[in-house]
Amino acid sequence: MMKCSMIRLLVLLAGMLAGFAAPAGAVVEININKGNVEPLPIAVTDFVSGNDLGAQVSAVIAADLKRSGLFAPISKTAFIEKIGNPDQAPRFEDWKVINAQALVTGRVTQEGDGRLRAEFRLWDTFAGKQLTGQQFYTQPENWRRVAHIIADAIYKQITGEQGYFDTRVVFVSESGPKTARKRQLAIMDQDGFNVRMLTNSNDIVLTPRFSPNRQEITYMSFEGNQPRVYLLQLETGQREVVGNFPGMTFSPRFSPDGQRVIMSLQQDGNANIYTMDLRSRTTTRLTSTAAIDTSPSYSPDGSQIVFESDRGGRQQLYVMGADGSGQRRISFGDGSYSTPVWSPRGDLIAFTKQSGGKFSIGVMKADGSGERILTTGFHNEGPTWAPNGRVLMFFRQNAGAGGPQMYSIDLTGYNEQVVKSPAFASDPAWSPLLE
Amino acid sequence: MSRMNTVATSRMQTLARNPVVLALALSLALAGCASKKNLPNNANDLGLNGNGVNGAATPGSTQDFTVNVGDRIFFDTDSTSIRADAAQTLDRQAQWLAQYPNYAITVEGHADERGTREYNLALGARRAAATKQYLASRGVPANRMKTISYGKEKPVAVCDDISCWSQNRRAVTVLGGAGM
Repeated sequence: MMKCSMIRLLVLLAGMLAGFAAPAGAVVEININKGNVEPLPIAVTDFVSGNDLGAQVSAVIAADLKRSGLFAPISKTAFIEKIGNPDQAPRFEDWKVINAQALVTGRVTQEGDGRLRAEFRLWDTFAGKQLTGQQFYTQPENWRRVAHIIADAIYKQITGEQGYFDTRVVFVSESGPKTARKRQLAIMDQDGFNVRMLTNSNDIVLTPRFSPNRQEITYMSFEGNQPRVYLLQLETGQREVVGNFPGMTFSPRFSPDGQRVIMSLQQDGNANIYTMDLRSRTTTRLTSTAAIDTSPSYSPDGSQIVFESDRGGRQQLYVMGADGSGQRRISFGDGSYSTPVWSPRGDLIAFTKQSGGKFSIGVMKADGSGERILTTGFHNEGPTWAPNGRVLMFFRQNAGAGGPQMYSIDLTGYNEQVVKSPAFASDPAWSPLLE
Repeated sequence: MSRMNTVATSRMQTLARNPVVLALALSLALAGCASKKNLPNNANDLGLNGNGVNGAATPGSTQDFTVNVGDRIFFDTDSTSIRADAAQTLDRQAQWLAQYPNYAITVEGHADERGTREYNLALGARRAAATKQYLASRGVPANRMKTISYGKEKPVAVCDDISCWSQNRRAVTVLGGAGM
């Protein structure tokens, strides 16, 4: 059975702060559908606290907002007003004069029972109003998470869309020379902090992916020289093989309800797509071709599956019903297409494209139309979606003896950024929003 | 890139005193991929099991198989067809395995890095399967053969051009070995 102890771990009590009701129509907003937006100038003040923590919390919030490309946090050296009591309205004129269109104030205090209390208010300085205010209680060691949650609340208030800062990333950490790479599964916060290695052996491990409940991952391991798909419980470290197949299983992903793992089974020269129901342990074969069918990914409603196949000669993207019915090709551009991933919003499919000796990351609509390339280079591979369907992560290998690094990029193709990691890193998979 | 060149490369360090091997290594360097970039694959590739003196492999040893027969074949880009030069190598492998029937083998399939990870796992498996099928057609019993694919995860040659990629698109016949 799935455990949800992460939720218990972070005892979260969120409530609207009384006193300043959020107005119905906020003046400060970002229309993120316009493409390359001008980042919104925002002042994130040090949260009031008796120690360094207040400044640390506001630094995490400001970094999240800045990295999104939608906000431009203003340097603290420009601030005029020093916030002493975050329960009082700020002097809006002091913030307007430095062009801070939005202002974040807050407080972090230690409760008598040891818990941390973090509260914040988001202000529209030109309208002179509070947009939102919330408070949270948590264990002190979770202070970064609370900062991410506050950043998500600010992002949501101003963009109108769900944030993605309170999330984690699983990936393959790579070290050593190319001819003798050591690969470990690793997990970290989306901003690169709190890195933890999940495996430590010389077995090759690849393609970790989150379950929808965020408590387990499915991945592929060469343990015992038997390349197979595994499940790993993040809390307990418990592992198990998925199914008892007569060949290599690889390219696993969870179904949106978390009840099935979909993957490829290799038999002789062919790979076909199977699902295994995690409760009944029954397996179902979905494709049956003398070809390589792999990289399956469900639509968020679970009704359809996108995958890649070379049944037509080159790798192309195909869509089928969740029962394997109605298999049809959707990619028709110049080149080959692989590693499709359905957007959490359902409207787009991200992919790797190989064309003219270059590797690109792109998106297309679920019917195959509207292809857009977001980035192109020597080798870009393996996109994964932020839970709001707004940002993608992928990995890039530049020419030369070095190793892969993870990058994030906005859906518009702007705001490409390195995702920091302690070693070379590949195969990122973004978690759903934590709870 | 010929089979002999790569064998020479992977064995350079142990056999460097052998003038024939030195000549082969030199020809490889001229072919465009600096030989220092090539590192041995594993203990088997180094011939550590053969105990040959000055490169003279004991007949029937792993080293004999690797050096005198040839343990690997190469493929064209995105292809799983057994090329004519590869067929000659596999014919020798089949003869050798008939002569030494105690060996079981694992065929390791590999891909170059110019592909996506998951597809390359399947492509390596397809190359291993094609190799196994060819060996079976030359009389090697199927129950002596296993296969495994490492996709693009275990390159032997590291550079950013075709001289390396062509060495990495390979199927390696490993005596013993572990596979499925």
